[in-house]
Amino acid sequence: MELDQFLAAITPLNFALALFGVLAGTIVGSIPGLTATMALAVLVPVTFAMEPASALILLGAIYTGAIYGGAYAAILLNTPGTPSAIATTFDGYPMAKRGDGDLAVALACFASVFGGMVGALALLFLAPPLSKVALAFGPIEYFWLSVFGLSLIASLSNGNLMKGLAGGAFGMLLSTVGVAEVSADIRLTFGSQTLIGGFGVVGALIGLYCIPVLIDLVAVPGRHLKVEENVKAVRIGDAFRLALQSKFNLVRSSVIGTLIGILPGAGGSVAGLVAYSEAKRTAKPHQKFGEGEAGGIMATESANSATVGGGFIPTLVLGIPGTPPDAIVLGALLVQGVRTGPAMFTQSGSIVYTFIYGLLIATILMLPTGLLIGRYAYKSIVTIPKAVLVPTVGFMTIIGTFSIRNSVSDVIIMLCLGVFGWVVAQFGFAASPIVLGLILGPIAEQGFVQGWIIGDATNNLFGMFFGRPISQGILAFTLITLILPIFLARKKSKLNVELES
Amino acid sequence: MLKRIIFSAAMAIAMVSAVSVATAAKLTGPVSYIIPFGPGGESDISARFQQPFFKEKFGQDMVISYQPGGGGAVGWASLNGLNGNGQTIMGVNLPHIIIKPAQKDVGFTTEDLNTFYMFHYTPDAIVVTADSPYKTLADLVADAKANPGEVTMSGSGKASANHLAQIKFDKLAGTVTTYVPFKGTGAAVTALLGKQTKAEWGYTTVGAKQGDAVRMLAVAMEERHPLFPDVPTFKELGYDMTGGAYRGIALPNSADEATKKLWSDMIGEINNDPAFRQQMLDGGFAMLDVDADGMADFMKARIEEYLNDAREAGLIK
Repeated sequence: MELDQFLAAITPLNFALALFGVLAGTIVGSIPGLTATMALAVLVPVTFAMEPASALILLGAIYTGAIYGGAYAAILLNTPGTPSAIATTFDGYPMAKRGDGDLAVALACFASVFGGMVGALALLFLAPPLSKVALAFGPIEYFWLSVFGLSLIASLSNGNLMKGLAGGAFGMLLSTVGVAEVSADIRLTFGSQTLIGGFGVVGALIGLYCIPVLIDLVAVPGRHLKVEENVKAVRIGDAFRLALQSKFNLVRSSVIGTLIGILPGAGGSVAGLVAYSEAKRTAKPHQKFGEGEAGGIMATESANSATVGGGFIPTLVLGIPGTPPDAIVLGALLVQGVRTGPAMFTQSGSIVYTFIYGLLIATILMLPTGLLIGRYAYKSIVTIPKAVLVPTVGFMTIIGTFSIRNSVSDVIIMLCLGVFGWVVAQFGFAASPIVLGLILGPIAEQGFVQGWIIGDATNNLFGMFFGRPISQGILAFTLITLILPIFLARKKSKLNVELES
Repeated sequence: MLKRIIFSAAMAIAMVSAVSVATAAKLTGPVSYIIPFGPGGESDISARFQQPFFKEKFGQDMVISYQPGGGGAVGWASLNGLNGNGQTIMGVNLPHIIIKPAQKDVGFTTEDLNTFYMFHYTPDAIVVTADSPYKTLADLVADAKANPGEVTMSGSGKASANHLAQIKFDKLAGTVTTYVPFKGTGAAVTALLGKQTKAEWGYTTVGAKQGDAVRMLAVAMEERHPLFPDVPTFKELGYDMTGGAYRGIALPNSADEATKKLWSDMIGEINNDPAFRQQMLDGGFAMLDVDADGMADFMKARIEEYLNDAREAGLIK
């Protein structure tokens, strides 16, 4: 192993930068609307005056911290701080509600560190071969991946399949509003300039998750979260034991996160959801996912943190950014005079390895800083009176939404979606299928259109859609996800009948 | 009395200096540079290259932010609502700002945009993978003629520079190829490298970034790009094709002439810095120096050219 680069990475300055980056990133990520992309974009010029390696370590640390920070708001306010933390709300918020918020925050921290390490180690040792995954995924594979993602609605909507599917379809419909990505058509705007930018994912997240929580907070008396008597700081011991118990879950989720992180355009939200549904599918009978199951938080948080390292694989090896934050780091690299792409590991190897070590160090630093910030976040959210909490969070939702692209339209859309989300929630429609449709709709559409054009041009439509091995694999997984629950339910009811007779 | 005279003198000085501040435009703090796309594209990369030079030459920070949506339309439609005091500028791209308003009402017109400098363009180029059977442009043309429609070419977006180039080349070469639009150059290159398509309509910047992994068959320039002395121009090969995607910067149209002049001079100074030029050329860009004075003529010629191409291609009526 290149000891020189490792030593270069742990200079006191770089160490301090990594610590600062993790801290700043965690705080930014915990505020809905303020994204890792934004924090990085603002800080890039600060890094111009630094050594390339220090600059990259700072940027990598902010990114890592921001992905983890998204979990706080997800657990304590039922609002994903970043899209990556959508699935964290499923079990995190129920846990917080019943008084286990401190445990949930600690679990998220352990899982994030674990996932981040797996992603960074994959980047360190396996980047060139793994980058081929990004290339093996063509339009059709993205199409089937998003269909697989949509099939998760079936496993996410507990017993309410029709409502889940309706929500997913509605989300896909929303995703078509505005200028279409591949055809450049302007669709469903009804001549309105407000709608031309479409429904942004982050704005929709804030609206659909956060606004209903705020409305409910005002509408019901009593405390926001149940607080156990004599709250201990953060229940590190319990969390560590739980994390050890579900080591298979952590490993599987981290591998899923790394692989999905490699795919440009999929990102942490998809990784978290896929890992969550896999954890749920393989759950033991006593685990109740969706009702505050520790395994759910660990699956999502390890997977989304693993996408950080995974996403840097195509960014560094192919010069193709895996996610928007990767794109900003790529820009910073170019300005620093580092040429990314196939020749980078040989030409600028020392900077790259120092960066990867820096990322590893930042991930490890996340453990103490994450637990510390988590403790304060938890304490302040549970102790702040509602009369302060609701206006503060309400204010943040508007500022956060506006700051995404300085657009008042986005704020209007966010508020409308929020009220809409609260109303339909009264009839049993959950926010997650809608957001899932909104995120996956464009990926599915683009993949379908591109796949169709290529298949049609080469007179091989059927082979294009069904003949490629990776597509077949994803298709098989989709079918298992859809059919297995029905099959198991049949078997169970049959068993019950036999027992009764 | 004396007090009063001193007071009024002080007032007068204050007023004069206030007036002079208003007429001689200067920057009063960090400037906001809005890119109407997401990060990582050619527009973002160019802005990131300009950023340190701006700070070094003019002492102010340049803060880059992203306002993606509607293929740039969300940003451009909002530009004229922003303060025109010279503290906010926005990137503009051709052919986007010409083709989009010509297709549908997107909340702005080409003439609305107060463009004051065009600093470079990325010349169109046909890119194939290093191991592609197409060694030369002639190989690709021969295959496209033998198997009409079966040569698939990825590119960034529809009714974009890449798409217009594909239609134009098909017409010039008498071939039928299939254009597959992707979300941005990054995705189009991924499709090429993954052999999802047989070739890509890209820019010289793709060749610069991907190095040995790809081969460019021809570039749409008057003369060969200094970075690629071995890659012929379309003109050399008998196809009358030059152009690509142009990039520049605009101010809100409430900005006064002095502010516009100041900005045009500042960006011009960066663009003519030898170190900056070298960075851009190494990145595969082709430099251009159209300042505020030359903008009207430049835009008129481009509008005519692009609208003509788009009309012939059937992309607009």
